Amino acid sequence: MARAFAHLSDEAVVALVSRSDESALAELYDRFGRVAYGLALRVLRDSALAEDAVQEAFLAAWRSADRFMPERGKASTWILTLVHRRAVDLVRREEVRRTEPMAAAAEPTGDAADDVAWLRLERERVQEALKLLPDQQRETLELAYYGGYTQSELAERLGQPLGTIKSRMFAGLSRLRELLAEPHPEGSAWRPRHSTT
Amino acid sequence: MAPEALHDLTPAYALDALDESDGLAYEAHLAGCAQCREELAALREAATLLAYGVEAPAPPEALRGRILEQARAERPNVVPLRPRFVRATRVAAAVAACAAIGFAGWSVHLQREVDNVRSAQQDALSVIAEPGTRQISLTGDHGALYVSPTGSAALVISRLEPAPSGKTYEAWVVENGKPKPAGTFDAAESPAVVSLREPVPAGAVVAVTQERGKGGKVPRGPRVLLAQT
Repeated sequence: MARAFAHLSDEAVVALVSRSDESALAELYDRFGRVAYGLALRVLRDSALAEDAVQEAFLAAWRSADRFMPERGKASTWILTLVHRRAVDLVRREEVRRTEPMAAAAEPTGDAADDVAWLRLERERVQEALKLLPDQQRETLELAYYGGYTQSELAERLGQPLGTIKSRMFAGLSRLRELLAEPHPEGSAWRPRHSTT
Repeated sequence: MAPEALHDLTPAYALDALDESDGLAYEAHLAGCAQCREELAALREAATLLAYGVEAPAPPEALRGRILEQARAERPNVVPLRPRFVRATRVAAAVAACAAIGFAGWSVHLQREVDNVRSAQQDALSVIAEPGTRQISLTGDHGALYVSPTGSAALVISRLEPAPSGKTYEAWVVENGKPKPAGTFDAAESPAVVSLREPVPAGAVVAVTQERGKGGKVPRGPRVLLAQT
């Protein structure tokens, strides 16, 4: 890439995207395209649909980057929320989802050689944190976030009152936050610049 | 839904685990509830960590090129930033967009802008927040019409393609078969928040059509949305 973005924070890259800077959009994709695609694939279980979700999310970012306000939120949260929202919309529309998220989480973590070291570390960190959650909280979070189930669907599926599902979501997310809140390799200092290549 | 019941939706919203109607109700609530915005910001960040918990194979190489190509094609539509005194529509769009994604940082910044700008879209938010306001679903799962007890009305529209270049969406309040123009919008944001210029009496129909140019006094284009009060 001709322009040097390496020293820029994710938030600064989004600020450039908001000025319709195409190379900044490319940089944003290079930083988050891979995790975005992995997430979409996890939810949708279909590579073509996952590509659609990622494409729609990055174009939404392109159109709405000037609404991004970095005072309190991270750019990574912003772009990955766009991706997750699109993936969940698609999975609900297509009804493609929903092999068991629990089973999938237990799959061997093959393909590691093809993975970027940073993402592998992050994945291990998140998976370790998930393991520390009570089973019911973990199950609820995984079915909701990876499975695309609504809270009402979860109440029915798990045979629990809606209030219980809400409590599990709240407790699970809060605990996850505590577990993962320690200093986070969020800056670009040691993250590979081109995480999708 | 009671405010306390809406507070309870925060974790599910952070996980994108609300159905359409709960999601819209929550977003309308979020616009006026600083406490929920703060809690959502924290929970949303935690939820997003889950994105890093899965295998991340490399996406197909062509995907990057397709995204950049389409972004380039859309570029002429991008409106330059106006740093301080943004137009009213941008504030509304920001409200809608930020509500839509539960974006963490919007409250302080946006509050400042909202305080500075009197806008039709603020009217829309106040309609939605007014006690006794009725919510009426739009055809095709596209969101809802909100009508206050005094007849002030707003549309919150989701999943509608932005109006193509050279066209606009126009809202109509139809009473006794007679449509009155009630405002135009481009649906560049989803959900689009539109305050209607005409009151909506009981029994009236609210319709949205796609019109050429800047819209007109009578509907000519195809009807895209409908709500029967």
